[in-house]
This record gives sequence, C-alpha cells and structure tokens, in this order.
Amino acid sequence: MRITQGCFSFLPDLTDEQISAQMEYCLSKGWAIGIEYTDDPHPRNTYWEMFGHPMFDLKDPKGAMIELEDCRKAHPDTYIRINAFHNERGFESVVMSFIASRPAKEPSFKLTRTDIEGRSQRYSWETVK
Amino acid sequence: MAEAIGQNENHNQLDTQGESLEAPLPTSIDLQAEYENSGVGEVLDELDRELIGLKPVKQRIRETAALLLVESARKAMGLSFETPTLHMSFTGNPGTGKTTVALRMSDILHRLGYVRKGHLISVTRDDLVGQYIGHTAPKTKEILKRAMGGVLFIDEAYYLYRPDNERDYGQEAIEILLQVMENNRDDLVVILAGYEDRMDTFFESNPGFRSRIAHHIDFPDYGNEELLEISQSMLHQQNYHFDDEANTLMSKYIDLRRQQPYFANARSIRNALDRARLRQANRLFQQNDGPVTAEQLSTITAKDLSPSRVFNFTPPSKEKRKNVQKGK
Repeated sequence: MRITQGCFSFLPDLTDEQISAQMEYCLSKGWAIGIEYTDDPHPRNTYWEMFGHPMFDLKDPKGAMIELEDCRKAHPDTYIRINAFHNERGFESVVMSFIASRPAKEPSFKLTRTDIEGRSQRYSWETVK
Repeated sequence: MAEAIGQNENHNQLDTQGESLEAPLPTSIDLQAEYENSGVGEVLDELDRELIGLKPVKQRIRETAALLLVESARKAMGLSFETPTLHMSFTGNPGTGKTTVALRMSDILHRLGYVRKGHLISVTRDDLVGQYIGHTAPKTKEILKRAMGGVLFIDEAYYLYRPDNERDYGQEAIEILLQVMENNRDDLVVILAGYEDRMDTFFESNPGFRSRIAHHIDFPDYGNEELLEISQSMLHQQNYHFDDEANTLMSKYIDLRRQQPYFANARSIRNALDRARLRQANRLFQQNDGPVTAEQLSTITAKDLSPSRVFNFTPPSKEKRKNVQKGK
C-alpha cells in the first residue's frame, strides 16, 4: 500500500533533481535539513531513526544529497524522509517533511477489531510486511 | 557518489536538449559582453585596487577568469567542454596575502558561475582531523558538506600530514579529501595554503594531491615600497595617517625589519602599526595639554614609531641566527 505522509506524497515519487530543488527551497528559508529512515511507516510511529546529525549550516543542497545517498546505501529498502527544521523562536519545530525514498515493496496495514465490554469494539492498525 | 555524478551529467544533457528545442545554438558569442555581464571585471579591478603588489597572483587569477569565460561560451555554443579542475594551492611566506586572496577567489568563482553559492569555509587541521579512531571521517565529511557549492580553504594544509607518526589520523582526512576533490569537482573548489617549503614536502609525500591540483600559485614576498604602501592603506582603513616624518621613518623601519628574524611581510607591518597606535594613544594621554583635535587623534607621528626595538636591534651573529631559524 502506498504510504501517503508529508508533502508531495500524492504525487509520483520525486526524482533526485526535484528532491534537491526542494532542499534548496528549505535552505533558502534558513531551515535545517535532517534525514530520517524507518521500516515501519505506521502513522503512529512519529519518530523515525535519525541518520546523522541535522545539517544546520549548509549553503548548498549537494551536502544533504550526499547524506541522503549515504543513507540509501546504509539502509536500502526503507522509507527515508527529509525533514526541514525551523529554529526560529515560536516555531522550533519541523515545518516541512517529505518522503524521499520508499522500499520496493511497501507494507500494508491490518485492521484488528477487539470486543470489549458491552457490544463495543476497539480498532487498531498493525503494519504487515 | 558515482551515481550522483552520473545524474549530474544527465542533468546537463537535459539542459542542452532543452535549449536546443527552444532556440538554435548561437553561432557567435561576444566575450567582452559576457565578461561585462558576469561582473568579474569589477572584482578583478577591486583586486587590483585593494591588493598591493602580488603581480603574478593577479595574472593567474585573470587567466583563470578568462578560461572560465571561454569554457562557458563553449558550453553555450554546444562545443565539447569539460569542467576545468580549479583546486588550487597557495604557497608563500607568512603574511603574503594568501587568506585574503582566497576570500576574493570565492567571490570571483561565484560570479563566473563556477561555484553555486560562493561562500568560503576556512578550516585548519583541527577542523578536519579527529582525536580518536572513527572520529575523523564524520568530521571531515561534515566540513565537506558545509563547503559544497563554495570554496573550502585549508590553511596550513601541511599539518594534515605528519610524517613522524604513521598512525596519525590526518592520512584518513587526506584520503576523504582526495576522493571528494575528484568526484565532486562541480560542487566545490579546494584551496590549500601554506608556507612554500613545507607545502613542497607535503606534496612530495602525497603525490595524489599534487596531480589533483591544477593551479599552484606562488605568492612572492613584498618589496619595501609595496610594504610602505600597504602600511599606508592599512592606516587609511582605520582612519589614521602618517605625517611626513613618520612616513620616512616607516620606510626605514621596513628596511630594518626585513633583516631581522621572524619577518612576516604584511603581518609584521600590521603588528608594527598596532603598536604605533598604542604608543600614540599613550602619548596623547601624557601630553595632557588641553583638548585633542580629530587631526591629532588620527596622526601617527615619528615619535610613535621611533621607540620600536627594530631601530636599535643588533643582528645576532650568524650561528645564533641559524639556531633561531632551526628552532622555528
């Protein structure tokens, strides 16, 4: 199942050139780029693994592209996303995030219903690889 | 990294295709107009105006600028072109303006469109080499990532290589540097700087470096008159000036200072001027005769220069001098 999280996720996958252009935009806004990866794209899995440090003093997207390339090599077949962190007072949070890489075969989710007291039911989602 | 380069090439192809669809390739290009449009002329003129002496260096920079202009014209006309390698090494004695020129260089390369962002990251050994195993590679890569799209200036680059310690982590940093210098030629320009003799031994022990650096620029020592001019312009920048007497004394100072050990060209001059300003401030305090004028506050007189040790310095005997230089 195609995961749709973050910006651009309803578009076809971004090419490296497009990713680079998006990074350029982030850098022009003064945001720090961070790279994260995970093998579990469950919507509740908010915190992915960080790859390296967030890059605070980059001027050119090439530096982040090298890091992304390294991440793809180190963790092939995972989800990799690019986070742009805005460190201005009042924001101090991620302001843009998009998926830059997907595994060849994406996992799906299984819906589990559990009976609880009365005739109530509880729903939960589980990632199925 | 190899992949990244492949994509860059694709990107270029796409670009030229796009151009050829829109408009036919130009059959002639006015180099003079290109030169004026790029704004390089201004930077070069500024270089001429603000940096005194350094003729061979300026000549080299002009040549580089011309090469880059011609290459971009060739590119625009669809002729085969190869991104020229622009890694440089600046060698010269202390205080000959290596760092200053490196700063200008990043500006020139940016205006010529050779580097995308035109910022300068200035580092020394400490910024590249780690302190324990596994520390060096991330550290060097971090710096290189920051330098992408700009110029990486490695001051006193010969410290990277310590021949006396074969387990030194400097070697690791050198290997990473070499790899990036080769693979990311479009992305950054590396400038190594250092004193000539030490850089020579550095290149001898790292032949890979010598061959990857196309431009070896040698910074000559300044002449006495150039140094006097430099001292005047340094003072001018800080809104000071010499009076006539001080001017002649300064040229005598330069002549004497040159013969003494640890002479560092413009840097020695700057230090001498700093001390002169100190003495001038002190003199103004001690005079204590009524309010001072702006003219007084900004004039360096012979009295501020003459107490310098340089004027009553007896050159050490030859043997002693040799020892001093060895100790250095």
